[in-house]
Amino acid sequence: MNYFPDEVLEHVFDFITSHKDRNSVSLVCKSWYKIERCSRQRVFIGNCYSISPERLIARFPGLKSLTLKGKPHFADFNLVPHDWGGFVYPWIKALAKSRIGLEELRLKRMVVSDESLELLSKSFVNFKSLVLVSCEGFTTDGLAAIAANCRFLRELDLQENEVDDHRGHWLSCFPESCTSLISLNFACLRGEVNLGALERLVSRSPNLKSLRLNRAVPLDTLQKLLMRAPQLVDLGIGSYVHDPFSEVYNKLKIAIQRCKSIRSLSGFLEVAPHCMSAIYPIFGNLTFLNLSYAPGLHGNKLMKLIQHCRKLQRLWILDCIGDKGLGVVALTCKELQELRVFPSDPFGAGNAAVTEEGLVLVSAGCPKLNSLLYFCQQMTNAALITVAKNCPNFIRFRLCILDPIKPDPVTNQPLDEGFGAIVQSCKGLKRLSLSGLLTDQVFLYIGMYAEQLEMLSIAFAADSDKGMLYVLNGCKKLRKLEIRDCPFGDAALLEDVGKYETMRSLWMSSCEVTLGGCKSVAEKMPSLNVEIIDECEQMEFNLDDKQKVDKMYLYRTLVGHRKDAPEYVLIL
Amino acid sequence: MAKEGLGLEITELRLGLPGGGTEKNEKKRVFSEISEEEENEKSNGPPELQSKSQVVGWPPVCSYRKKNSFGDKDGSKTSKFYVKVSMDGAPFLRKINLALHKGYSDLVKALEKLFGEALRDAESCEFVPIYEDKDGDWMLAGDVPWEMFIESCKRLRIMKKADAKGFGVLQSRVALNGTLKE
Repeated sequence: MNYFPDEVLEHVFDFITSHKDRNSVSLVCKSWYKIERCSRQRVFIGNCYSISPERLIARFPGLKSLTLKGKPHFADFNLVPHDWGGFVYPWIKALAKSRIGLEELRLKRMVVSDESLELLSKSFVNFKSLVLVSCEGFTTDGLAAIAANCRFLRELDLQENEVDDHRGHWLSCFPESCTSLISLNFACLRGEVNLGALERLVSRSPNLKSLRLNRAVPLDTLQKLLMRAPQLVDLGIGSYVHDPFSEVYNKLKIAIQRCKSIRSLSGFLEVAPHCMSAIYPIFGNLTFLNLSYAPGLHGNKLMKLIQHCRKLQRLWILDCIGDKGLGVVALTCKELQELRVFPSDPFGAGNAAVTEEGLVLVSAGCPKLNSLLYFCQQMTNAALITVAKNCPNFIRFRLCILDPIKPDPVTNQPLDEGFGAIVQSCKGLKRLSLSGLLTDQVFLYIGMYAEQLEMLSIAFAADSDKGMLYVLNGCKKLRKLEIRDCPFGDAALLEDVGKYETMRSLWMSSCEVTLGGCKSVAEKMPSLNVEIIDECEQMEFNLDDKQKVDKMYLYRTLVGHRKDAPEYVLIL
Repeated sequence: MAKEGLGLEITELRLGLPGGGTEKNEKKRVFSEISEEEENEKSNGPPELQSKSQVVGWPPVCSYRKKNSFGDKDGSKTSKFYVKVSMDGAPFLRKINLALHKGYSDLVKALEKLFGEALRDAESCEFVPIYEDKDGDWMLAGDVPWEMFIESCKRLRIMKKADAKGFGVLQSRVALNGTLKE
């Protein structure tokens, strides 16, 4: 089989970078498996409980970059109790003991302790990049350890983490010798930072391309930072509050004009909308704009701003932009690929300012649109059908109608036909989230047409087991299925248990599956962990197979039951 | 700089009676305040919407975003910021939802409503609003931006200014006076 020496094959494999492709390569034959595994540097593990760190280390001795995901997606919405799991410490401990020269660690929805961060910072000489997304469990003390000990740190990127902020000194822990920073994002920190230390750090980081500040960084400092870092490509503004007639504001205008490379802008965690004109020069070049944490920007001021953004490819915004504002987006942002409209009232009291009209306008004006997250007041079948016609290129389509079982307000019908049109038209659809009044029919469409679908999120939908069965039978590429509050029971769950081995995970909460049904899955499929999350600890006293299970999470794994589950998690 | 009047308004609360003949109404107000509040809670939307908003995990907005999303247009947030309010001389404490108020002046009005009668009944002295922050320190209300205040305030106390003598409150008042003049 091998016509070339190993080194040549290895060189060829160097050009194969996607995880999927490298996984395929490793399956060709034994010698390709061996060459691939020894040369692999980047590994992605979508479920940290599917494999153990020891086995990872054994297979990929050349590992440099590791991505790990922990809790299931619905943990974002408080459906998973805090201490369910997803601890990174055992991974760092095992890697530290080994000879792995870890350089990059990317974590999502994991529990990260200060201890882990400290161990990480001291164990890998060439450690360069730490990215934490939606993680928790650490404080600014852990960050201080990273700053102090990682001599060649290039990237510290904290996105939407719950950090216990002990105020400020961690930034001062970057030694004077640290000049390698390329990316620093601490927007999610709530506390004060040492502004002087921040200025000095930015001054000695000539390669800094991405800087995202938290709300404790005032305009005054922002202006100074921009003067020192005109090469920035990505900027997250912390506080943008100032008197438009002050000297600082004038200085800011000058600083902004020097920043010709900024393509990505976010933040505005505090904003005075009448001061925006100073930064208008940036908007014309932006490809990514995130105003989803800036409720102070709305109405005409916001629309005026958007009109400058002719090159925008990705826009994250609050629904106070309104349908009218989305109309401005449709007219202006012809390059738009991704749109996310978040609710400005996150507690969902039904005050959403966008409807199906805004979405239709954007779909008509932005033909390149391929990724959508849209929280809205209502949706109609007609609108969805129009959107499907206008934008056949959707890869991600997530629609959230704030009233989860609301029908089409015009016809009073379920939204089956609308979503059906989406899946039929968008042949490349990989991710779909449904809402509104939906019957089994929409699932028939999904099973029939959504051939590329990998992730499906369902809530308050369907009439019977048939809905789930259509999906499981039809969507061959399905990897993640998460369901809440649907009438799916054991019959659907047990129809094809082998299917779950082809998927990463299945989540079902507030459905009709019983303990007996879950036990049955576990018995038939030893390669799955079937977890029952039982916060009320009913199962302890009443192990009746007929009892309905409140929350079930099952996932394929090569390493059997995990040992770190809390008491209220029953692994069958 | 927002001219919020800050603590100045509350320190200027006078405790003479507002102008006679309103005793009955005041008494009504004390009780009706309670029932008023209940009515307000009920009228926050039709019952179906109310119960929907209590569904766990719906709408599917990630908890980080929920915690960091302030300032919707009409100020109708569900409460996450109830703090106890004590007043020197008042026999019992009250609770107030900081999230429902837009700023310090709004807060002062609410406190006046809560403690109206007690404020009027006390001998003519002035009051200072102070709060206990996350570090356990007692701070004069009004120094920091409103959003920062909500986050760090653990409880409120309406303290007699006489008790605050020697704690730099007078000086702050002068400072506040100064800025207001600008």
